[in-house]
Amino acid sequence: MIFAVIDYGASNMFSLIASLKRANVQVKIVDERERLEKYSAIILPGVGNFTSAVQKISNLKNEILDAVAKGTYIFGICLGMQLLFNESEEGQGEGLSIFRGKVVKFPKTIKVPHMGWNLVEPQGYSLLLSDFERERWAYFAHSYYPNPSNNNIVKGITHYGIKFVSVVEEGNIFGTQFHPEKSGEFGRRIIKNFVEYVRR
Amino acid sequence: MTVAKRIIPCLDVDNGKVVKGRHFVELREAGEPVELATRYRDEGADELVFLDITATVESRNTLYDVVRNVAEVLDIPFTVGGGIRSIEDAYKILRNGADKISINTMAVEKPEIIKELSIKYGAQCVVVAIDAKRTYRTKSGFEVYTHGARVPRNIDALEWAKRVEELGAGEILLTSIDRDGTKEGYDLELTSLISSNVNIPVIASGGGGTLEHIYEALTLGKADAALAASIFHYKEYTIREVKEYLKRRGVMVRL
Repeated sequence: MIFAVIDYGASNMFSLIASLKRANVQVKIVDERERLEKYSAIILPGVGNFTSAVQKISNLKNEILDAVAKGTYIFGICLGMQLLFNESEEGQGEGLSIFRGKVVKFPKTIKVPHMGWNLVEPQGYSLLLSDFERERWAYFAHSYYPNPSNNNIVKGITHYGIKFVSVVEEGNIFGTQFHPEKSGEFGRRIIKNFVEYVRR
Repeated sequence: MTVAKRIIPCLDVDNGKVVKGRHFVELREAGEPVELATRYRDEGADELVFLDITATVESRNTLYDVVRNVAEVLDIPFTVGGGIRSIEDAYKILRNGADKISINTMAVEKPEIIKELSIKYGAQCVVVAIDAKRTYRTKSGFEVYTHGARVPRNIDALEWAKRVEELGAGEILLTSIDRDGTKEGYDLELTSLISSNVNIPVIASGGGGTLEHIYEALTLGKADAALAASIFHYKEYTIREVKEYLKRRGVMVRL
């Protein structure tokens, strides 16, 4: 089983790749145009700036959208989750627009980036969070968060001054605003759940 | 706000080995970075800081190996600092698996690099380390030092903290030079002064010797995280003990 990890330049993919390998997944780093349906899943990793990420993946956008339309699993982490949406207050450019909604900045009254360990509360049935009934600590490092237009995709929420969406999921599309690869035991279980689901 | 207060062990690295001692002086070898990193993770550390304390050209390359080896096993965040002199150095460290880079002397000498790093990699991975010492020379009463706390810069620590936030730093690692290695407690005046005047997280460092000190830094000092080295290296307290103590005193921690 091979996962395509999309390389958009600035992101720290090392620990993410290490965590996938620990879950017995082979990884192909994709940084130029190629067909993506042949991979079991596409991973959009998570550090960087929205506008530069949008520019970097522009040559792969059609391939990602084609593969997702054909049922390939996709998992966006942090900025990678934000890229699933239409646009961001962080800067110009259109995201992948797989989900409808805008990425917005935390209000000025609270410390940003939202950095550190915070609680994720499961919302309804979720594959990623299927082992968890109550809230768990996850590691966040971000200043922006997505506001999905469709509430049904929301599978986890977190409070940080305001309430925001920290897990989204619909069909073959998954996203976490936190870093599962940095969230200790909780993160390991989420990655395992995703890998096992893709394997089935 | 429910973000947990963080407990961060600091590991000083010299040529690929973790050394312990009083941060800036008296080094003693303590062991393999990967081994210590996983031990701290299992004890419940929220994050780790690795500081390359020699930062010579040779130790640089060893450091990249250390970063990579640690990143392969560690699933909590870690910061790497010490001797980062260019955006390329920072990039190499991030590329090898660190989550954040911590810059100090370079930030003072080329402040625009904070902005550059922040735009390129995101504010959340740019930590500016501020080493501050009490003085009569600056308005706030605290002065910025660089080069491993050896060189006074005649810069007001409070003004500098505000400036690095403006430039795009995601976090401030604030070390009291006066307290560092003393185990007399964090400099609460310094910590609360900086914490109250910036809107980014502040990590208190220097002087932590007891459970009470850590509690004070996170409450009276208004710090978002407490960094400690020797109390964990010498196994005076485990991280779990620190966190259980904090929880009993009503501080929100990840347990």
